[in-house]
Amino acid sequence: MFVVALAGNPNSGKTTLFNQLTGLNQRVGNYPGVTVERRAGAATIAGKPAQIIDLPGTYSLISRSRDEAIAFEVLTGRTNDPKPNVVVLVIDASNLERNLYLALSVLEIGLPAVVALNMMDVAEASGLVVEPKKIEEVLGVEVVPIVAPSRRGLPELEAAVARTLAEPHAPKARSWQLGANAESVIGDIKEALIARGSPPASADGEAVWLLSSVGTSEKGRADEEHLILDGPLGEVAELAKKTLVNEPDFSAQVIAARYQRTREISAQSTQRSRPVERDLTDRLDNVLLHPLGGPLVFFAVMAVLFQSIFAWAEPLMGLIESGVGLVQEQVAVLLPEGALRDLLIDGAIGGAGNVIVFVPQIGILFAFLAILEDSGYLARAAFISDRLMARIGLHGRAFVPLLSGFACAIPAVMATRVIESRRDRLVTILVTPLVSCSARLPVYTLIIASLFASDERVLGVFSKGGLLMLSMYGLSILVTIGAAFVLKRTLLKSPTPPLVLELPPYRIPALSSVVRRVVERCVVFIRDAGTVIMLLSIVLWALLYFPREVELPPALLAQQAALSNETPEEQRTAVEAEVRAERLRQSIAGRIGHTIEPLIAPLGFDWKIGIGLLASFAAREVFVSTMGLVYGVGDAADEESAPLRERIQAERHPDTGLPVYTPLVGLALMVFFLLAAQCVSTVAIVRRETNSWRWPAFMVASMTVMAWVGAFVVYQGGRLLGFQ
Amino acid sequence: MTLDRLASGLDARITVVDSSSPVMLRLMEMGLVPGASVRIEKRAPFGGPLELRVGGYLLSIRLDEAKKLTVET
Repeated sequence: MFVVALAGNPNSGKTTLFNQLTGLNQRVGNYPGVTVERRAGAATIAGKPAQIIDLPGTYSLISRSRDEAIAFEVLTGRTNDPKPNVVVLVIDASNLERNLYLALSVLEIGLPAVVALNMMDVAEASGLVVEPKKIEEVLGVEVVPIVAPSRRGLPELEAAVARTLAEPHAPKARSWQLGANAESVIGDIKEALIARGSPPASADGEAVWLLSSVGTSEKGRADEEHLILDGPLGEVAELAKKTLVNEPDFSAQVIAARYQRTREISAQSTQRSRPVERDLTDRLDNVLLHPLGGPLVFFAVMAVLFQSIFAWAEPLMGLIESGVGLVQEQVAVLLPEGALRDLLIDGAIGGAGNVIVFVPQIGILFAFLAILEDSGYLARAAFISDRLMARIGLHGRAFVPLLSGFACAIPAVMATRVIESRRDRLVTILVTPLVSCSARLPVYTLIIASLFASDERVLGVFSKGGLLMLSMYGLSILVTIGAAFVLKRTLLKSPTPPLVLELPPYRIPALSSVVRRVVERCVVFIRDAGTVIMLLSIVLWALLYFPREVELPPALLAQQAALSNETPEEQRTAVEAEVRAERLRQSIAGRIGHTIEPLIAPLGFDWKIGIGLLASFAAREVFVSTMGLVYGVGDAADEESAPLRERIQAERHPDTGLPVYTPLVGLALMVFFLLAAQCVSTVAIVRRETNSWRWPAFMVASMTVMAWVGAFVVYQGGRLLGFQ
Repeated sequence: MTLDRLASGLDARITVVDSSSPVMLRLMEMGLVPGASVRIEKRAPFGGPLELRVGGYLLSIRLDEAKKLTVET
């Protein structure tokens, strides 16, 4: 089996070609140690089995960060994948200059390559006549014109790959020159590389790459290693760094010289059949980037996106929940009573339900993102929101993920993938769970309805409940922005990311590509995050379930013994609910509740609330049904249920006889829920997207501290001010 | 003059790039090199980013970066 790597600029149609070559035989994973996704698939090329690796789209091979280094490492066989036998350079024929820049960089390091001259149809339509033969003469590798979406030219491309595989062309010498000083720097490094075993044919290109990469790092801290190199390159890296002191603008010289060359090649191989005219993209930009119309369209699009994940996903999620309930009922009938049945029903099936319930939101959000991205609008949205986001220190592309966070942090964290800089993506991932998601709503609703006269009017027009709800959202936005602001200046210190944003031509998105990405994201979620969510759900279930052997109070035992077939249904349910409540209070979770009571007492919470806090790690809204269980109202209680509200109002501290829940405690509890990372699914998805346990651990720890401090300030501060 | 002061819709040529920061190197790699022709297509309101046409495609950069590019018409 041989290995083919696809390299090219973003928007060059590289992934379309990859999909055409591999069909459904592909897999998305992560490269170890970085947040870049690895996409690989199997294909048959000219009768031989091949592995195709789709490199992340890039404009350059220079590596200024760990993530950027991946392209070079894959091409030179420095990852777990074998070194590619052939590199297919996917080039947008309608944009030769910039696309050839990357092609030259790849060819210079001496890799056997074939050029796939893509988007020939787009070039022709815009009046460009591109001559592949001319490019072939200059580059010294085969150039095959293709139109990836319609498979035009694909057999010829495969044949060219097979020919290159059988008979690799000799690497062509670099076709541009720098000044004498810079050339002698390259010469020194080249010799050092050859002396340490680099093949002479590729040493020149490697020297240029090394010199361009070692000098610049975009990380905030200089001590962070962005290049992990082995072999001759690693041995010469220090020397290259030292040599550069005499030639500080080496990288700029290289870029300028290489571009000079691509401009020449482009001019030689392209002719205009007619003058440039205003095309569809220009006309659409006149509206969509209009100083007034642009923001209006932007808010309309964002409103529809928000509405879709917030409201449209709801029926589907309800359907999944009732489906899970149905399965649970069926299993309950089939199996004998006991711990195993409960584990299967409440632990395993419930846990699986906890996973698939997110699929509608993820699917809808990624369908939207795919359409926005493929149509070219996502880049415009970033253009419009950039001014706003830059103030916080984030990229315009962080807007959609943060907005999605109001519905649910899971799809929102997944959507941060559109942010290129690793640090900015991390900041966005870490603050997204602070955005008040819809799972917090039932908690707010229960507390407000139970403890505040929520219908009371304020200033005649506003209801007290509405204002409280609004202030929770306001606080959430402030805290999110504040946290991003702080993270950008401390732990993930980095300058405001530059807006270096290609605005691709508008295109009609292909349905197949949208469907493919939706399915891909859902699979990644279920496979990578789903297992963690399931495991944690089962652990939480066990905490609330065990131990089974508990001592019930004599009074309750007597009540239980007195139950007979003639007992009225109501009384029977009440006694059973009280038994379940007693079991829960004595469960491991109940004991943890007692243990942490001294910790949460300063927030005004008792140990029963502690059980609710623990249980709500499964999902925040579980707090409501857990409190229903704890207070013996039954687990069917929701935030609208009157008995639960009455029980909450009636709950008293056993020693003092004072009410447990005062409006002040309610406020502290809402603030706690606003700030705490109580969601195992968020933890699981943050682990998947950051490819480490370090960041989710940091997230849970810092958010818990914030929640504690926030609730403490509200409760103790409120008491100092004389509130109850 | 610097690129941020170029009038929209006017064709200009880049003469000097202040390449002292990694951001500017990245912009160079996107085609904003000395000798390249450039035109401002759109300006976002309130000092927001610029939409440029460079080397046959559209690129968006902020004013801070545009100030580091010298152009002549």
